Amino acid sequence: MSENQKPVQVKLVLLGEAAVGKSSVVLRFVQNDFQEYKEPTIGAAFLTQKCRLEDKVIKFEIWDTAGQERFRSLAPMYYRNALSAVVVYDITSSSSFDKAKSWVKELQRQASPNVIIALVGNKLDLVEKSEENEDYLDDVASFDQNAVSEPSQTHSRAISRDEAQAYAEESNLLFFETSAKTSEGVVEVFTEIAKKIPHEQILNSTKSRAQDQSQQNNVSLNSTENQPKQVGDNCAC
Amino acid sequence: MDEDYDVIVLGTGLTECILSGLLSVDGQKVLHIDRNDYYGGESASLNLTQLYKKFKDTAPPSELGRDRDYAIDLIPKFILASGELTKILVHTDVTRYLEFKQIAGSFVLRDKTVSKVPSTEYEAVRSSLMGLFEKRRARNFFLFIQNYRDDDPSTHSGIDLDSHPMQAVYNKFGLEAGTQDFIGHAMALYLDDSYKQKPARETYERILLYTSSMARYGKSPYIYPLYGLGELPQAFARLSAIYGGTYMLDKPIDEVVLDENGKFTGVRSGDETVRAKKVIGDPSYFMSSTEQPHPRVKEVGKVVRAICLLKHPIPNTDNSDSAQLIIPQNQVGRKNDIYIAAVSSSHNVCAKDVYVAIVSTVVETSAPEAELLSAYKLLGPIHDKFVSVNPLYEPTGSGEEDNIFISRSFDATSHFETVVDDVKDIWKRVTQKDLILEKKTEPEINENQL
Ligand SMILES: Cc1cc2nc3c(=O)[nH]c(=O)nc-3n(C[C@H](O)[C@H](O)[C@H](O)COP(=O)(O)OP(=O)(O)OC[C@H]3O[C@@H](n4cnc5c(N)ncnc54)[C@H](O)[C@@H]3O)c2cc1C
Ligand SMILES: Nc1nc2c(ncn2[C@@H]2O[C@H](COP(=O)(O)OP(=O)(O)O)[C@@H](O)[C@H]2O)c(=O)[nH]1
Ligand SMILES: [Mg+2]
Repeated sequence: MSENQKPVQVKLVLLGEAAVGKSSVVLRFVQNDFQEYKEPTIGAAFLTQKCRLEDKVIKFEIWDTAGQERFRSLAPMYYRNALSAVVVYDITSSSSFDKAKSWVKELQRQASPNVIIALVGNKLDLVEKSEENEDYLDDVASFDQNAVSEPSQTHSRAISRDEAQAYAEESNLLFFETSAKTSEGVVEVFTEIAKKIPHEQILNSTKSRAQDQSQQNNVSLNSTENQPKQVGDNCAC
Repeated sequence: MDEDYDVIVLGTGLTECILSGLLSVDGQKVLHIDRNDYYGGESASLNLTQLYKKFKDTAPPSELGRDRDYAIDLIPKFILASGELTKILVHTDVTRYLEFKQIAGSFVLRDKTVSKVPSTEYEAVRSSLMGLFEKRRARNFFLFIQNYRDDDPSTHSGIDLDSHPMQAVYNKFGLEAGTQDFIGHAMALYLDDSYKQKPARETYERILLYTSSMARYGKSPYIYPLYGLGELPQAFARLSAIYGGTYMLDKPIDEVVLDENGKFTGVRSGDETVRAKKVIGDPSYFMSSTEQPHPRVKEVGKVVRAICLLKHPIPNTDNSDSAQLIIPQNQVGRKNDIYIAAVSSSHNVCAKDVYVAIVSTVVETSAPEAELLSAYKLLGPIHDKFVSVNPLYEPTGSGEEDNIFISRSFDATSHFETVVDDVKDIWKRVTQKDLILEKKTEPEINENQL
């Protein structure tokens, strides 16, 4: 196996206002599935997904917010060591775009300085459908009872592609529009992030970490190699 | 805040966060609130700005480096590798959010010299802690402890652990006072000498816990999470949130609302009231400034803590990047031991070449900081120091009548065993069942490939 085929583990965090579709985008990416009226997922807020590119394999370790974004209660631990972040807004809600901007600021303050950030405008299907079919109606209001902002009733676009694109360029973010429902654009978000991951650099730094003196005393609570030794005939102190 | 909950948890200290996580996993609907805008309450780890603001109300000096490199614990504790907190960490799988390191060594003051608590038989045999004959006696004592089996009287040496006081066991093996200090304070981790008059069973169990923790990773019995102890409450809070718990930080609580019978009905913040069946919280949420003494909470003692920033490792600890140093009470003419807990940049809690040593003890006099002087002397030059005297609170009621369950303050012990005792005790009172820590079924992790 060539050096580059070794998967590199990359922590990716999701951010954005409640109900913009963060969990749905990841569900689409990881399981190619979409659930219209889904309950907030319980117990599954930590997913992994490998992304194989021509010259490297990236293993995303994806952290979902577990709802802690609702009252701005995400812990510093959430951002810690994140190499990439997907900041999602709902293209039919301008308040969610404002929130996205403040999350980008928060990331620039809390996350590691070279974190790769992708700005994602989700629910593209809503405006595309309404453009095709004026009568299209859906019970958007029931999407999420807990939503902090009012979901758009009209499905009209609130944030133009140009406006978001311009903001993304000036803030040095990747930019995409997606639909978790139709899957449009979803895989691209992750492959483009994967392409930007400094693969060599991470491999090298993991290697030097392993040799680093300061790593010597690291312990793993779960691994079998560190299982308790037999206490009986072994003097412990 | 317009819903009803099973349990409202007030404060995001470790005790509260573990309970919140376990209750959410158990299927209860939990609302978890903190008045601060950060996680951890009394058991938070602070960055430099927060630290200087809290203790000195100034900005930090720039020479200490970047704010984000710091996570200074407010409570000095380490995790016993084979202790109960480790079991909860593994049981709940929050270990996936955390990385741990060994504490490099445990040391003890004996006759004014700092000695390493032996971690191998080789070290024990070479240790200067005891003379040759005393080592033989100590060896016999440890063999007795190792070989003791409840169901085999031939291993009991005529000792009944449940009725004989520990002092009688020491006497039986003819151990010197200094060796008793060493065993009772550096291994069984008692803070004072009252254990000697109590049945030997507890001391026996503590020695076994210490030796099995020591045997687990080899250098010291302790492990420590990278980025500081404040990571622990955050990890359990995430567990709670994943299982449906709702989190609100930066939310002041103005009132704990009761019905006409004095039973808990909800909490009020501003003009919002949330209802729940039960409330769990740290003592600070149940002490109004108007009622003195506080009807729900009583003070049971005080701990003085001094967070010391050093520019060198603690002298005479083999340049260890981390250490525990125990000053047994008898060695300095006190009733309670003084502890020093030290960590450094290799635990990602401070800038390179800075060492954080927290000195603490149970307050015995009206001049608490002076009680720490003998420990300061062992530290060498202290770069900066943050001293606090912390009252220890415990609840006056069990919660059975009013559905109000209050945790205890973090005590002066060097580890988390008493915190877990409190967690188990509150769990039982809240849920009417014992907390059973069997490894739960594998959580849902998706391993996929594109
Ligand atoms: C400060 C201190 C702390 C200790 N802590 C522990 C502990 O945590 N857990 C524990 O199990 N034991 C402890 N001991 C006891 C000690 O290390 C015992 O020697 C050991 O448990 C015996 O193991 P063993 O049966 O394999 O030795 P053996 O294989 O029976 O002994 C090997 C050889 O070494 C000699 N020997 C063994 N120990 C000593 C000694 N201390 N001094 C001189 N000669 C010796 C024996 O006579 C024998 O010849 C401690 C001793 C000291 C002094
Ligand atoms: N039409 C449409 N609905 C979506 C899309 N993505 C998510 N939703 C719906 O929006 C609601 C909130 O999604 P969720 O993933 O829970 O949002 P989160 O709170 O940001 O994680 C759910 O009802 C989803 O079905 C999308 O691309 N199109
Ligand atoms: Mg979600």
